[in-house]
Amino acid sequence: MTAALDETVAAAEPAPLREATPFRRFVSEFAASKLAVGGLVVFLGIACVAIFAPWIAPTDPYDLTRLDILDGRQPPGAQSMDGRTFWLGSDDQGRDMLSAIMYGLRTSLGVGAMSAVLALLFGGAIGLLAAYFGGRVDTIVMRVVDIQLSFPAILVALILLAVLGQGVGKIIFALVTVQWAYYARTVRGSALVERRKEYIEAARGLALSHARIVFRHLMPNCLPPLIVVVTVQVAHAIALEATLSFLGIGLPITEPSLGLLIANGFEYMMSGKYWISFFPGVALLITIVAINLVGDRLRDVLNPRYQK
Amino acid sequence: MTVFIIRRLLQSVLVLAAMSVIVFVGVYAIGNPIDILINPQADQEEIERATRALGLDRPLWEQYLHFVAGAFTGDLGRSFVFNEPALRLILDRLPATLELAFAAMLVAVVLGIPLGLWAGLRPESFAGKAITAGSILGFSLPTFWVGLMLILLFAVQLGWLPATGRGATVEVLGFRTSLLTLDGLSHVALPALNLALFKLALVIRLARAGTREVVPLDYIKFARAKGLSTRRVVLVHVLKNILIPIVTVLGLETGSVIAFAVVTETIFAWPGIGRLIIQAINQLDRPVIVAYLLMTVSMFIVINLVVDILYSVLDPRVRISEAR
Repeated sequence: MTAALDETVAAAEPAPLREATPFRRFVSEFAASKLAVGGLVVFLGIACVAIFAPWIAPTDPYDLTRLDILDGRQPPGAQSMDGRTFWLGSDDQGRDMLSAIMYGLRTSLGVGAMSAVLALLFGGAIGLLAAYFGGRVDTIVMRVVDIQLSFPAILVALILLAVLGQGVGKIIFALVTVQWAYYARTVRGSALVERRKEYIEAARGLALSHARIVFRHLMPNCLPPLIVVVTVQVAHAIALEATLSFLGIGLPITEPSLGLLIANGFEYMMSGKYWISFFPGVALLITIVAINLVGDRLRDVLNPRYQK
Repeated sequence: MTVFIIRRLLQSVLVLAAMSVIVFVGVYAIGNPIDILINPQADQEEIERATRALGLDRPLWEQYLHFVAGAFTGDLGRSFVFNEPALRLILDRLPATLELAFAAMLVAVVLGIPLGLWAGLRPESFAGKAITAGSILGFSLPTFWVGLMLILLFAVQLGWLPATGRGATVEVLGFRTSLLTLDGLSHVALPALNLALFKLALVIRLARAGTREVVPLDYIKFARAKGLSTRRVVLVHVLKNILIPIVTVLGLETGSVIAFAVVTETIFAWPGIGRLIIQAINQLDRPVIVAYLLMTVSMFIVINLVVDILYSVLDPRVRISEAR
């Protein structure tokens, strides 16, 4: 649709400006906020650390042969028995905190991203179908969404994890269950507006199949508001997973996310050994703030009400 | 109107019934509590006796019907761990949670409204910007980690406030409260601040946005033109008008404060229902898990029902769109 429009514009004006494409305008508007660009850069850095943790971490924190109990609870900057430096201290098992945080980011971001993608696919598809078909389907779907959103996320996750027990798959399932409703509601809202537009009517007039209209015509035009919801919900998912893991009902001890690292340091806090909990928390905080900064800017840029 | 209320009531009952089945079947279908509760050296006979005593030998649907029948008489089963009625365990701990939630809301309002007003009246000043940035940070901070940092700073480093437990209580009108003793207050300060953090950010945001919206309006200009003092304009004319959305949102958020108390209570070892449920999950104390979840879900259903009915009374459009 937009591509076709651009072609007619290009035909009418002999020298189209390169900045005029919607994507370029979007990029330059986003870049106008230094804070958002900073957030994006920090987030990309964190994502790289998470992805490449096994190659860039100073040690493998879960290689038991390299752990020495005598290295336990060393403060930041201390030397280990074999001459390495614990830049961020070590935990009770003699694990290098910096390496543990890098691996923890890997788990936390992985779980957050995975649940966001699944919730997006599931919630998005349901919202799209509810808006397209309307009527009874729409009423039932939206009633379920309303009921679910009236309960706080932590309570829903608590119910599910109390029922299901611990595990990576289980916490992803819980996070998807908590979050799909946000996607469904957002997609439905924009799809209801798009559905009434001429191009959908035209597609219907051409007797295209329902599936083709929904996925090729309706869906692409419902995506922009979703991008904002995705960023906000990824941050929520990461925070919620950390909270649940901290409470001991999220990830099992074999998948040490940031939340588990923080929980692990809790008992040493009282004796002033702050670093075991402090640094994983800082990593978590920086991640969430970076994502939120990007999300805030995206909301401003993509919201048609704010456009000049 | 009556039709609307009846429909909403029916829906609430349906949700509660569905939840009770999900929770009950889910909680009872996983794991065998006998393995955890009984000495591993126990012989077969002993295990069977315990299974029968706890009613775990009967089919699941029979256990459920028994549970539902009991629920109507206020009996939600006995805790495997404490050997006390689950409902009584929860009701014993509920006042502590309600007290914490109340204290947190109080902190959010008492600190949030003045800060929000200030940021709204002087959005370009340094303080205004700092308050706004702080409220954005407040939304991003993971509550449980902030709790740990509060303990680290105020209890471990400075040693000003106690980190765990509930202080001395006094009985007022049949409730035990720690808000009226000095020791109790010092114990409640950190958990309340921790639990309030998110709501505080919310109140600041609402108050700031409300103030910025209201200040340029004519009636404020008129009040100023009448020669009223700034204090009176702000405290009476501005405040009154920004309070409406704040009260609405806080009313809706009361439930979520109680749900989030799970985290705060675990960190500060606060003897409320949130700590109880986490312990129960870890010990597979099923009657307590089921009782807690059903009670909390019922509480939310009632809150939502009341809010919906109030809205439909106040706003006829809600009723009309419901009727269709």
